[in-house]
Amino acid sequence: MDLRTTIDAAPRSGAASDSWAADFDIVLEPTTGLRAFRFGDLVRFRELLYFLTWRDIKVRYKQTALGAGWAILQPVLAMLLFTVVFGRVAKIGTGGIPYPLFAYVALVPWLFFANGVQLSATSLTINPTLITKVYFPRLYLVMAPIVAGLVDFALALLVLVGMMVWYGVLPSAAGTALLLPFLLLGMMTTVGASTWLAALNVKYRDVRFVVPFLVQILLFATPVVYSTSSVHAPWQMLFGLNPMTSVVEGFRWALAGAPAPHASTVAFSTVVGVGLFVSGFRYFHRTEKDFADLI
Amino acid sequence: MASSTVIRAERISKRFEIDDDHHSDATLRDALAGVVGSWKDRAGALVGRESSGRAGRVFVLEALKDVTFSVDAGEAVGIVGRNGAGKSTLLKILSRITEPDGGRVGIKGRVGSLLEVGTGFHPELTGRENVFLYGSILGMPRAEIKRRFDDIVEFAEVGRQLDTPIKRYSSGMQVRLAFSVAAYLEPDILLVDEVLAVGDAAFQKRCLGRMGEVAGAGRTVLFVSHNMALVQALCTRGIVLDHGTVQFDGAINDAVAYYLRDLEEAMAIDLSDRTDRRGRQEIKVTRVEIAAGPDGGGVPATGAPLTFAFELSSCPLSTICRFKIHDEFGNAVAEFRSSVDSPDDRRATGESNRFVCTIDELPLLSGRYRMDVEVLSGNRLQDSIEGAARFEVEEGMYGRRPIDRSWRSGSVAIRHAWQTPTD
Repeated sequence: MDLRTTIDAAPRSGAASDSWAADFDIVLEPTTGLRAFRFGDLVRFRELLYFLTWRDIKVRYKQTALGAGWAILQPVLAMLLFTVVFGRVAKIGTGGIPYPLFAYVALVPWLFFANGVQLSATSLTINPTLITKVYFPRLYLVMAPIVAGLVDFALALLVLVGMMVWYGVLPSAAGTALLLPFLLLGMMTTVGASTWLAALNVKYRDVRFVVPFLVQILLFATPVVYSTSSVHAPWQMLFGLNPMTSVVEGFRWALAGAPAPHASTVAFSTVVGVGLFVSGFRYFHRTEKDFADLI
Repeated sequence: MASSTVIRAERISKRFEIDDDHHSDATLRDALAGVVGSWKDRAGALVGRESSGRAGRVFVLEALKDVTFSVDAGEAVGIVGRNGAGKSTLLKILSRITEPDGGRVGIKGRVGSLLEVGTGFHPELTGRENVFLYGSILGMPRAEIKRRFDDIVEFAEVGRQLDTPIKRYSSGMQVRLAFSVAAYLEPDILLVDEVLAVGDAAFQKRCLGRMGEVAGAGRTVLFVSHNMALVQALCTRGIVLDHGTVQFDGAINDAVAYYLRDLEEAMAIDLSDRTDRRGRQEIKVTRVEIAAGPDGGGVPATGAPLTFAFELSSCPLSTICRFKIHDEFGNAVAEFRSSVDSPDDRRATGESNRFVCTIDELPLLSGRYRMDVEVLSGNRLQDSIEGAARFEVEEGMYGRRPIDRSWRSGSVAIRHAWQTPTD
């Protein structure tokens, strides 16, 4: 009886201000706008990220003749193609770096981004039953292909080390120290773009068609086959708006001895990369509750 | 005592907008229209107008309306109701798959939900790998899966195939493995939706035993099923949902009785008020009754007996009754004529204005059906009513084969047997 009066007396709109928050572990109610982020769920289900990633790694090259060889073949073939087209035919300036190394050092982080985004964008829509029948943080479905991509990244990096030995290029000490932050920026950019695209894809399946073009355009908007060091300063800042510019140029600086990217470019990239990450997270979080109804 | 309440739902509601031309793959045109539409809606909402929806072809389905109840720790609650009554939506809200549009739910303790068995199984992974993957999808910590691994495998009886990809498993084996993982999920609150209708009879029985153990171990269980015997065996309390509202909440036997009575009322249709008839009207169909199950007190189900009874205003000699059944898309499925004799037919003893048609094993798949009835005498159409009755068929067994709602092609079940290569 006491209980009943408490409930009735509680204002309908007053969210967790009454005894409900104390009596229950979770209170489910319609949310509008931003809601409190449930980090607890991400922590509780952290093993699921591990298992989904592990599944993606296991399954990625199943029933392919070359298996994990594709992780190496993909950047190597792209490198060969770019070397012929842009290195030999178009003779793009590399500042003295052998073109194969110049292209490959950029392709390693670039393909991590491109493959991550392409796989993650459809990660929700290819798992409709999971989303309509089981509760878990959907973010992990999007993150798993990206984290799994780190394995491909590491394999491709091994080839890069071989190439550095072959060309006799020593990594700079400062650069190597900054490699991790650059990789981190690359990951944030990948996760940021993926959360946006995956969440949008649930509602608008057009994303599926847009992503390949987007990746294609970004490949040429990012200095993968060319370098921005010949570009005038104000334009360089414009390039900085694409966070992958700094990631790619940072890798090239650290591992292939290219000139360091401008501080302003990197600053711009970091702001945009972090912005993409935070906004993607927020958009994903805001739309996540409707995924099961829309998919 | 407030402390023993583990679920409290207060006036929860859920609406779905059903788009007439909504397909899983929206086109660019739809998408752009959608974007513009949602802007319009948003603008409309700002000035306090109701959402218009796009092109005015959006239906709003109220799946749940002001549903209020609370569940104490250790209770086993059966949720019964017809298809579309809101049972699954309720479980989806409680398991946090979808959010309520209104009201709120408080939950205490870890929730494990079993709304479909085996979602998340990956065909390329081995049985062993899938146990871990599926377990973690269901929210089981890895350490717990490891500890329970042998029990799970033993329960599933997969034996030596544990390390082969599950795409090589028979479907029955996949289901057994999936259910075994779920059976060892040990949450404080377990939500189960109709998953026991899978697998062979022996396995179903073991699953039931396991469910009973879970319920007996003091855990809270919410169980959705159309199988009344199962609900009564497992639950102590029942909630009857109809059209998204709670119709009854009480002891399980009373709830089941309420539900069946409600169903019976819906299935005895008084036609005397119907004016949309054709024919000469010298003889009229006044009432249609649909009785299911051996004693007539059940729910129409695939493979179960079903009886149609037609009461006529009068019944001179040479009166013929015939009826047709259509599926929910309006396709004719079957036709029945009293004029064509069979040695199985019987004549009523004594005076009667009733035509009764009995089907021993209903071969219809689960779904909604409509019946048209016609009465003729002396080859003249006397009465004809379209949509004289509507009824719903639940999942069941046909020819000892479980036929669930995943059988979507066509609308009939046919008794058959397979010979398959050895496993």
